[in-house]
Amino acid sequence: MRHARRAIAWSVLAAAGVFLLAAPFLFRPYGIFILTMWAVLTIAAIGLNLTLGYAGQISLAQAAFVGIGSYVTAYLTTRGWPFWSTYVLAAVSCFVIGWLLGYPALRVQHHYLAFVTLAFNTLIYLIFRNEEWLTGGIYGISNVPRPNFAGWSMNGPREFYYFCLAHLVLVSLATWWLIRSPWGRAFVALRENPMRALSLGVDTRRYTLMAFALGAGLGGISGALYAPLVQFVDPTPFALMLSLNLLLMVMVGGSGYFLGPFLGAAVSVLLPEWARFGSDALYLIFYAIAVMVLMAFCPSGLLGLAERFMKR
Amino acid sequence: MLADILQLLVAGLATGGIYALVAIGFALLWQTSQTINFAQGEFVMLPAFFVLIGMGYFGLPFWPAVALGTVVTILALGVLFKKLMVDPMIHHGVLPLVIATIGLAILMKEAVREFYGADAWPFPALAAATNVTVFGVAFAVQSLVILAISCAAMVALQLFLNGTRTGRCMQATAQNPTVARLLGIPVERMILYTFLINAALVMLASILITPIYLAKFTNGELLGLYAFIAAIIGGFNQVRGAIAGGLLLGVVDNFTAAYISSQYRMAVPLVFLIAVILWRPQGLLGRVEERTV
Repeated sequence: MRHARRAIAWSVLAAAGVFLLAAPFLFRPYGIFILTMWAVLTIAAIGLNLTLGYAGQISLAQAAFVGIGSYVTAYLTTRGWPFWSTYVLAAVSCFVIGWLLGYPALRVQHHYLAFVTLAFNTLIYLIFRNEEWLTGGIYGISNVPRPNFAGWSMNGPREFYYFCLAHLVLVSLATWWLIRSPWGRAFVALRENPMRALSLGVDTRRYTLMAFALGAGLGGISGALYAPLVQFVDPTPFALMLSLNLLLMVMVGGSGYFLGPFLGAAVSVLLPEWARFGSDALYLIFYAIAVMVLMAFCPSGLLGLAERFMKR
Repeated sequence: MLADILQLLVAGLATGGIYALVAIGFALLWQTSQTINFAQGEFVMLPAFFVLIGMGYFGLPFWPAVALGTVVTILALGVLFKKLMVDPMIHHGVLPLVIATIGLAILMKEAVREFYGADAWPFPALAAATNVTVFGVAFAVQSLVILAISCAAMVALQLFLNGTRTGRCMQATAQNPTVARLLGIPVERMILYTFLINAALVMLASILITPIYLAKFTNGELLGLYAFIAAIIGGFNQVRGAIAGGLLLGVVDNFTAAYISSQYRMAVPLVFLIAVILWRPQGLLGRVEERTV
C-alpha cells in the first residue's frame, strides 16, 4: 500500500512536470503570462516558506522584497545595465536588507515580529510611492526590457516562460538541498524549540538572521523576474496585500512542506483564471471562506490534508 | 499659530479617540483569548453598512437603523465571530487564527464590494458640520462631539472593568485564566463578554468615523493598521495603553500631516511602532508579559 501511494504521489508530480513543460503550446499568450506569474510568485513563496515554514519566523514583508528586487531591476535595466548584473544586485541587496530585518526577530517574537515586518513593508511601499526621482512615484518605471540568454532573446512569452520556469527549477533544487543540509535541520530546530536548539549548540542568532536573509533573497530573485515579466513597475502591487497573499499561499499550500508554496501559489494565481467565477470579488469571497475552513480543520494546509488521507 | 496648534490638537484627539476605541477592542481580544484580529479594521468598516442597509432597504430612520445595526454587529462580529472562528481554531495556536482573520478581512471587504457596491456612500453625521468659537479659536463641532463620545465610552469601560464584579472577573481572566477558573470565575463567559465589548466598540467607532471617511469597502485597511499601531505603542496588554496609544497616534498623525509631510504621514507612526517594539516591546504603558518556558 505504501508503495502504491508513493507511486500516486510521483505520478501526480510527473504529470505536473509534463504539463508545465507543454503548457506554452496549449495556451494563448495571456495564459502563458499567468503561468509565468505563477512561477515568479512561487519563488517568492518558497522564500517565505523558508523563513516561516522551516525557521518559524513570521514575516509580513515578503512583498517589500519582491518590490525591491523589481525596482532594482527596472531602474538599472532601463538605464542599460545588463540583466545578470542587476539580477545579482537584486538578490544580494534583498539578502542584506533581509539580514538587517532579522535583527528585530532576535529581540521580539510572534505577533510583535509580524507587526515589525508589516510596518517595514508599508514603509518600503511609501518610499516606492513618494521618491519620484528614484522610483517614478505612482507613474512607475515602464518599458522594462526582457533579458537575453546565451545570445537568445527572451522577449516572446514562451521564451520568457521557460526562462522563469528554469529559475524556479534551480531555486527549488537549491532549496531542496538546503533543507536537507545541516542548515535546514538547524532551521527546523529553531522553529520547534529555540531554547533547546541553543542548548544543543545551534547558533540560533546566526540562523535566525540567515532565515530572514535567504527568504528575502529569494523575494529579490522573484522581483528581478517580475519586472521584466510585467515590463512595468509601480508601487501598487507591492503593498501589504501581496505580503498577506504570499502568507496565505504558504499556509494554504502547507507551511513547512517543500511543495506547499507551489500548490498555494497555484490556488492563488491560477485557479481564479481558470475557474470562471462571476467576478473577482466573488472568487475572493469563496477563497476567503475556503481559507477559513481550511485553517479550522487542517491548519497544516492542503498538503497536510493530503498527507492525512494518504496515512489513513 | 497657537490657534492652529489647538485646532490640530483637538482634531487629532478626535481621530485618536476613534483609534483608541478600535485599539481597546483589539487589545481586549488579545488579552483574553490570544486572538490577533487582522480583520479589526473591517470590523469598523462593516457596521456602517448594516446601518445603511437598515435605512435603505428597510426604510428605517437613522437611530432605529443604528439600533438594528448594533444588534446585528454584536451578534455577527461578537457572538458568531467567537463561536464559529475563534473557538474551533484557538487550540491550533496563534498563526492559523491570524491567517483565518486575514481571510475574514478579505471576505468582509469583498462581500461589501460585491453585494453593496464599490462606491463611497454618504453617511449621516452625528453633528452639523459647523464650527464653534471658544476663546477666539474655531473648533469643528463634529470633532468635539466625537471626542466627547469616545471619551465617555472609554471612561465607562474603565469604570466597568475596575469598578464592577464582572469587570474584575474579566481582568482576572485576562491575567491568568487557569487561576481565574480555580477561583470559580466562569472564564468562558468572561471571554465571550470581551468579544461583545469589542463588537460594541467597533460599532461605536464605525458610526463616529464613517461620516468623515464615507462608507467604503476599503475603509478598514488603514483603520486596522492604526488600531494595531495604537495598541502596540501603548502596550498590548493594557486597556490604558491602548487609550494612550490611540490618542497619541491621532495627534502625531495630524501634526505630521500639517507640519512635516503629508506624503510620509503614514511613515511616522510606523517608525514609531518599530522603535517602540525594539526598545520597549511591552509598550509605553504596558507591563512585561511573563511566560513560562
